[in-house]
Amino acid sequence: MAGLTGRMSTVIKAKVSKLLDRAEDPSETLDYSYQKQVEQLQNVKKGIADVVTAKKRLQMQESSLQQSVVKLDTQARQAMAGGNEELARAALERKNVAQTELQGLDTQVTELEQQQEKLTDSEKKLRAKIEAFRTKKEVIKAQYSAAEAQVRISEAATGVGEQMADVGLAMQRAVDKTENMRARADAVGELEAAGTFDDITQLGSGEDDIDRQLKELSSQPAVDADLAKIKSELGQGSEPAPQIASGGSEPAGQGQ
Amino acid sequence: MIVRISGEDQYRLDDSQRDQLNELEEKVVNIVESGAEDGFGDAFATLLQFVRDKGEPVPADDIESSDVILPPADVTFSEVTSDFTGEGLIPD
Repeated sequence: MAGLTGRMSTVIKAKVSKLLDRAEDPSETLDYSYQKQVEQLQNVKKGIADVVTAKKRLQMQESSLQQSVVKLDTQARQAMAGGNEELARAALERKNVAQTELQGLDTQVTELEQQQEKLTDSEKKLRAKIEAFRTKKEVIKAQYSAAEAQVRISEAATGVGEQMADVGLAMQRAVDKTENMRARADAVGELEAAGTFDDITQLGSGEDDIDRQLKELSSQPAVDADLAKIKSELGQGSEPAPQIASGGSEPAGQGQ
Repeated sequence: MIVRISGEDQYRLDDSQRDQLNELEEKVVNIVESGAEDGFGDAFATLLQFVRDKGEPVPADDIESSDVILPPADVTFSEVTSDFTGEGLIPD
């Protein structure tokens, strides 16, 4: 077959065959190969459950960050009302970081949702193939001599095996993704707990220094704008505050 | 000819489409071998779309081995690159 198909496919196909060879023991009875398929199906279900757990975890972190944003905003208003602009700025800087982090989490949750859908779909296909294999196996056994049946059933097992290898690969990719996300989520949680939340940009998230510097550049105006908004709402603006978004008509923060 | 897009589906393509499939794949391989990521995403997406457009999905309860297996749609350039040198998507 090789030579007829392209290089990329040949490389991937060779690897899948290797995976299959590793997984298959020629001494296994045919019925055992069906058992193994059913086991693999259970693994896929477990894999899907793991992705769902990881997603829930991120969603919980999202809601805790949302609370932080509200809390920091209130704190900034209180600080400003109390005349402490420096403290207000610090709170707003943290709020800005939390908001950025929220956006990142949102993307991750969406990604996990897609993984979940894909795996559920793969599980369905694998289940259909295994069910077909079970039926086919019995038909073959009834129709052919033992030796012939062995050959035909092996062929079918290879077809199902390819599907299993493919599902296994998809699961591995999902696991890698959720593990990366979990590691990052844990680190964020620890930083938050330690009160060093503003160091969040130090975390590896695939960003390089340029990304970070750009983010710093763009977060500064956001903090300035937030501050100006609070000032104007408190009637403290020394000059007309710039119009920001649509929040201009919010009630002024509760003074103390 | 049965073509599998990993993580997606198996498709049955007419043998007459083999040349075009090879051509599209060769483009991807050439980019991968050049080591520069430019154009990889587009070329790879075109290859997969060709399979999806021209192929007939194999029913889920139809047990077939694939003649061709392509990497999943979300494969990264570095995964593909390292697959040509031994590691990557599926480690040896």
